[in-house]
Amino acid sequence: MDFKLTEDRQMLSDTLRRYLADQYTFDFRNSVIDTAPYHSTEKWAELAGLGLIGAFVTEEKGGFGGAGFDLTCVFEEVGRGLCVEPLLGAMMSVRATAECGAEDLVEAQIGGAQRLVLAVFEPEGEALDLIRTTATKSGDAWVLNGRKSVVYGLPGADGVLVAAKTDAGLGLFLTKDAETLDYAMIDGGGAGEVILDNTTATCLSEDATAIIEAALDAGRLALCAEAVGVMQVLTDMTVDYLKQRKQFGRPIASFQALQHRTVDMAIEIEQCRAITILAASKLETAEAGKYVAMAKNLIGRTANLIAEEAIQLHGGIGMTWEYPGSHYAKRLSMIDHQLGDRYAQLYRLMAA
Amino acid sequence: MELRFTPEEEAFRADVKAFLADNLSAEVARKGRNSEGLTKQDMEDWHAALNARGWLAVTWPKEHGGPGWTAVERHIFEEECALAYAPRIVPFGLNMLGPVLLKFGNDAQRSEILPRILDGSDWWCQGYSEPGAGSDLASLKTRAVRDGDEYVINGQKTWTTLGQHANKIFCLVRTSTEGKPQEGISFVLVDMDTPGVELRPIKLLDGGHEVNEVFFTDVRVPVSNLVGEENKGWTIAKYLLTHERTNIAGVGTSTRDLEKLKSLSQQLVRGGRPLSQDPLFAAEMLEVEIDLEAMRVMNLAMLSAAKEGAAPGLQSSMLKIKGTVIRQRIQSLIKTALGAAATPFPAHELPDNARSVPEDAAGATAAYFNNRKLSIFGGSNEIQRNIIAKDMFRS
Repeated sequence: MDFKLTEDRQMLSDTLRRYLADQYTFDFRNSVIDTAPYHSTEKWAELAGLGLIGAFVTEEKGGFGGAGFDLTCVFEEVGRGLCVEPLLGAMMSVRATAECGAEDLVEAQIGGAQRLVLAVFEPEGEALDLIRTTATKSGDAWVLNGRKSVVYGLPGADGVLVAAKTDAGLGLFLTKDAETLDYAMIDGGGAGEVILDNTTATCLSEDATAIIEAALDAGRLALCAEAVGVMQVLTDMTVDYLKQRKQFGRPIASFQALQHRTVDMAIEIEQCRAITILAASKLETAEAGKYVAMAKNLIGRTANLIAEEAIQLHGGIGMTWEYPGSHYAKRLSMIDHQLGDRYAQLYRLMAA
Repeated sequence: MELRFTPEEEAFRADVKAFLADNLSAEVARKGRNSEGLTKQDMEDWHAALNARGWLAVTWPKEHGGPGWTAVERHIFEEECALAYAPRIVPFGLNMLGPVLLKFGNDAQRSEILPRILDGSDWWCQGYSEPGAGSDLASLKTRAVRDGDEYVINGQKTWTTLGQHANKIFCLVRTSTEGKPQEGISFVLVDMDTPGVELRPIKLLDGGHEVNEVFFTDVRVPVSNLVGEENKGWTIAKYLLTHERTNIAGVGTSTRDLEKLKSLSQQLVRGGRPLSQDPLFAAEMLEVEIDLEAMRVMNLAMLSAAKEGAAPGLQSSMLKIKGTVIRQRIQSLIKTALGAAATPFPAHELPDNARSVPEDAAGATAAYFNNRKLSIFGGSNEIQRNIIAKDMFRS
């Protein structure tokens, strides 16, 4: 047993932490979240320059990482830094294109020349068997019809990877011609709807169910790690605040009712950290789906607990836009909504 | 990052499994599986078997008869024992007094007492809590007054686990009322057959006799029965409590109980289908399974650090809380799974044809009530939260 990061990963994690602390301050973040594309194209280019996208792909597919722990060490820092850059969509996209064998696309994404997003789920719900979007071959080209909902990172993306039904199953297609409806997300960053109306596309794979599932599980694992980073910062902020805030003539940290609630937050973070490590260790195995679902369920339960407790323990200040803690709480709470919430993960486990 | 055990550790696990297969009697394992109480003889036989293999005093160093295991090996041993429904090693002599004597005792005490713990000549029990001193242990009032070469002890201890089997008791007594309460406490060894020692059983809510009260009326013990220095017993008490917290997470026990729960949910039919197919019940089972998987890894992280020499810090308090909550949750779900059939009592005395649940579930309701103790003893979960908070909020 060994619970330490390798030197390379530790270095990547340290570099990213330093970069976000220096270059991605809370004020900077809040300056980009209101206007399209709801992130900073300049910082995006710098992050790609740090090698983040390459860290999401294995060496044999053209990257220099790609393991579960490569994802978690990056996304934990993304959470700590409350970074709204569209890394989640980019990570899932680069892994999916790599699995489809689209070497040029992988290279373009790793180098930062192209930013893609993955469009899988639809208004009907978050399961592959509910997908209605179709792909039809017409001559040499393919056309897509349907609608994709809440596609993370859509505003300003260079292309959309669309999961659509084919005769062979569920295929994966790249389009740059889709009509998009962009919006900001309540917890920062952008997303949008993709309207596919006889939209032309390139086929990357006609039968990509396993590839899409794997990309989604990598996304869920990344969200777990991001949540752990957010939780840690939020709990540290809560502890600091309780120590500073005085009422009844003493720091409110001296009240046992508040101490025990904060301790429970800390214990649950350790649980979340542990299950995320477990899921990361299984990402390359046949049991990835099971352990990622377990992790995402526990993260979903705990994310809401910690977000709500942190706001409550802060009192009024935790309600303000001005206070960073409230934005950490929002991000944490919304992670449960992404790529299948705690209930969706339980249903996956029950069906297994 | 590597979550797997080493090949050496896996080989050790195989040794433990083989030992259990050869030495654990089917009858004793059956009692464990069915949540039936064990006799004194059952426990002594199990100790003797472990001692013959050199595996009894798991926390002692090799030169005193311990196996010299790492924290990880100890965990593997405890996990496999729990999975096999082996009796738990009675900890008072082996895992509490033994380490205390090794650290604070004198040579005479070590050479006289340790071998008798190992070979089962003595059965020790713990005289810590008093009616007025539970979580606030330092407020204990049992007095020991020096009279020549003897202490004269007056007072009362309570919650003395398995005291009915014991011939010896180690006690925290007050030898001074000067200064802070912690500064006047001493650690003293007492023969249970000394005149003036009286033991009375406490019957618990599950109907079982597990704990006792011990009364001391003018009990005279030689001063040589003092361990460490007079008035320095609090240091010893705290040291002992850290040993009480070994295997605190109870991963093996929870894993075993969860397996029983899953198996019961497949056997028991509710509303025309196996309980395991009821989505509400299945969801609760899954969530506790997920909590247990997370705690398993949290526990491994602590063991991995301990193997490299780190002292178990706040994580042992976190594991105590989480471990007991998970065990209690599983017990609660087992009781829920039984539905109306959870009621008959005492379940083990029912004729087979009066029982509508599997044999190994008959005692589950009583076990559920018994295991409410988990979050109360060994430093209640609220005291553990205080310990963690003290660190989190230190300025």
